[in-house]
Amino acid sequence: MSIIVFLEKEGSNIRNTSLEAISYASEISKNDNTNVIGVVFGELESSQLSKTGKFGCDKLIHINDSAFNQAIINVYANALNQIMNDESADLFITAQSALADPIAAKIAILQNASIATNVTELPNTEKEFIVRRSIYSGKAFENLVLTSSKKVISIRRNAIGLIENQKNTQIKISELKVNPDLNDAVITSTDKSTRKVLLPEADIVVSAGRGLKGPENWGMVEKLADELGAAIGCSKPVSDVGWRPHHEHVGQTGIKVAPNLYIAIGISGAIQHLAGVSSSKVIVVINNDPEAPFFKNADYGIVGDAFEVVPKLIEVIRENK
Amino acid sequence: MDKISLCMKILVCITHVPDTTSKIAFSDNDTKFDSTNVQYIIGPYEDYAISKAVDLKSSNEAHVTVLNVGRSESDPSLRRALAIGADEAVRIDADPNDTFYVASQIANYLKKTPYDLILMGRESIDFNGGIVHSLVGELLSIPAFSPVMQLAVNEGKVELTREIEGGKEYLEANLPLIAGCQEPIAEWKIPNMRGIMTARTKPFQVIEAYESASRSINKNFELPAEKGGIQLIDPNDVEKLHELLRNEAKVI
Repeated sequence: MSIIVFLEKEGSNIRNTSLEAISYASEISKNDNTNVIGVVFGELESSQLSKTGKFGCDKLIHINDSAFNQAIINVYANALNQIMNDESADLFITAQSALADPIAAKIAILQNASIATNVTELPNTEKEFIVRRSIYSGKAFENLVLTSSKKVISIRRNAIGLIENQKNTQIKISELKVNPDLNDAVITSTDKSTRKVLLPEADIVVSAGRGLKGPENWGMVEKLADELGAAIGCSKPVSDVGWRPHHEHVGQTGIKVAPNLYIAIGISGAIQHLAGVSSSKVIVVINNDPEAPFFKNADYGIVGDAFEVVPKLIEVIRENK
Repeated sequence: MDKISLCMKILVCITHVPDTTSKIAFSDNDTKFDSTNVQYIIGPYEDYAISKAVDLKSSNEAHVTVLNVGRSESDPSLRRALAIGADEAVRIDADPNDTFYVASQIANYLKKTPYDLILMGRESIDFNGGIVHSLVGELLSIPAFSPVMQLAVNEGKVELTREIEGGKEYLEANLPLIAGCQEPIAEWKIPNMRGIMTARTKPFQVIEAYESASRSINKNFELPAEKGGIQLIDPNDVEKLHELLRNEAKVI
């Protein structure tokens, strides 16, 4: 028996969220000594291959057909389905993403498996197979029993974090090719942010709202984010008026984040925004309005003018590096 | 401009869910959602889907059916969709408890009644699964994409924009296809008086559920632990914040 973990790349590196998915699979495999098999598509730097072993990957299947660099969901799903069959896997694990969740859904149908997305903890496998999911946009959890013998799980960021478990990973180069018959769409182009850290991947998110008064004032937000190695987010009103792109909008109808640290600058904290950040470990709020509802949902707060506080914070971080 | 020669059949699948600002509570030993004083709405993502369907109707010859898998509690949401501009409503009379079960119901309906374009929300705001579109797509072997921010139909060809981590992906595919909608695919529409009046005379069908198994069972619900309370820091002592984040919270 084995567990298949889909490893997604950002450029030619394996995403941190995918390494977390290996940790997640590795923790499950400790109960019954199943094999953790990572699967990665397309070109990859060689240093990346050994990285998976650090988090408990027993075997890494590298499908090195460059045609996969432009592949679509259907192509990945069918390749992974075939690997699940070849390896007699009964569990498929992935980190949640715009590519991974549709793949997971397709595999659930192909494998007659139970599926759970938005999973926030390791499963309880004592009697049944129970996963904990975040529901009502972060306002509650459900404990869900997966009843089929095969299971597909998509985990949310920071479900367990990265746990080191060094293994001597066996690397297998697969000859699997893209099946062109499966192409049910064509990706004509992509348009990606040039920032180094992507919002759903980030350990730290620096987010700003209408309190900044205009898009020209985002310079200090970018500086703070750069000092902290953070991704940049914003509130809905800010993306609605076009000060920032939609893929930075954090909230109920935007991106839901679960970083270790979320810093909110000039965001009042409407319930729809809180729905997107409630899973953050630590929340810092900087706002000049002491009545801002965000203060009720934060761990640390500064009531003050962002244009004074943020530059000072940048300076302090620089001095203490 | 979206243009096709024949009448395009559009299906919009909607959820009937607690309003985004609802206080969430559970009853019966945390096994049931407590709907006391909770206002129900069409999920915000499906509001985008309905609005997009109505937009397509104004630029093409199109017929819009709105579908819900649920009990009679959902009827006000279906009627609202008719008032916004859908032509016909269908409710599959079943409890929407399991993702796979709901997807099977929709897929079975589509097998009997094919549509060209199937619009859904990117996810329901109660169970946040975000996969029904992909499950239905795989069950029927038709392409499914989500979250879709822009969509244009031209002679059976569809151009769409999908949000990905840190950006967008532009795709081309053929009808039939499924799209999980999100902003800014269309401007939200609200029913006008004429819409509300005509909704009363539009076809409204309740059909029996298709025999299908569930693949998961909800055991119980939990509310998150309350935050410990905020620690306020003097705006003139930003060093203190840095010190706390480094040594107390250990996050930087």
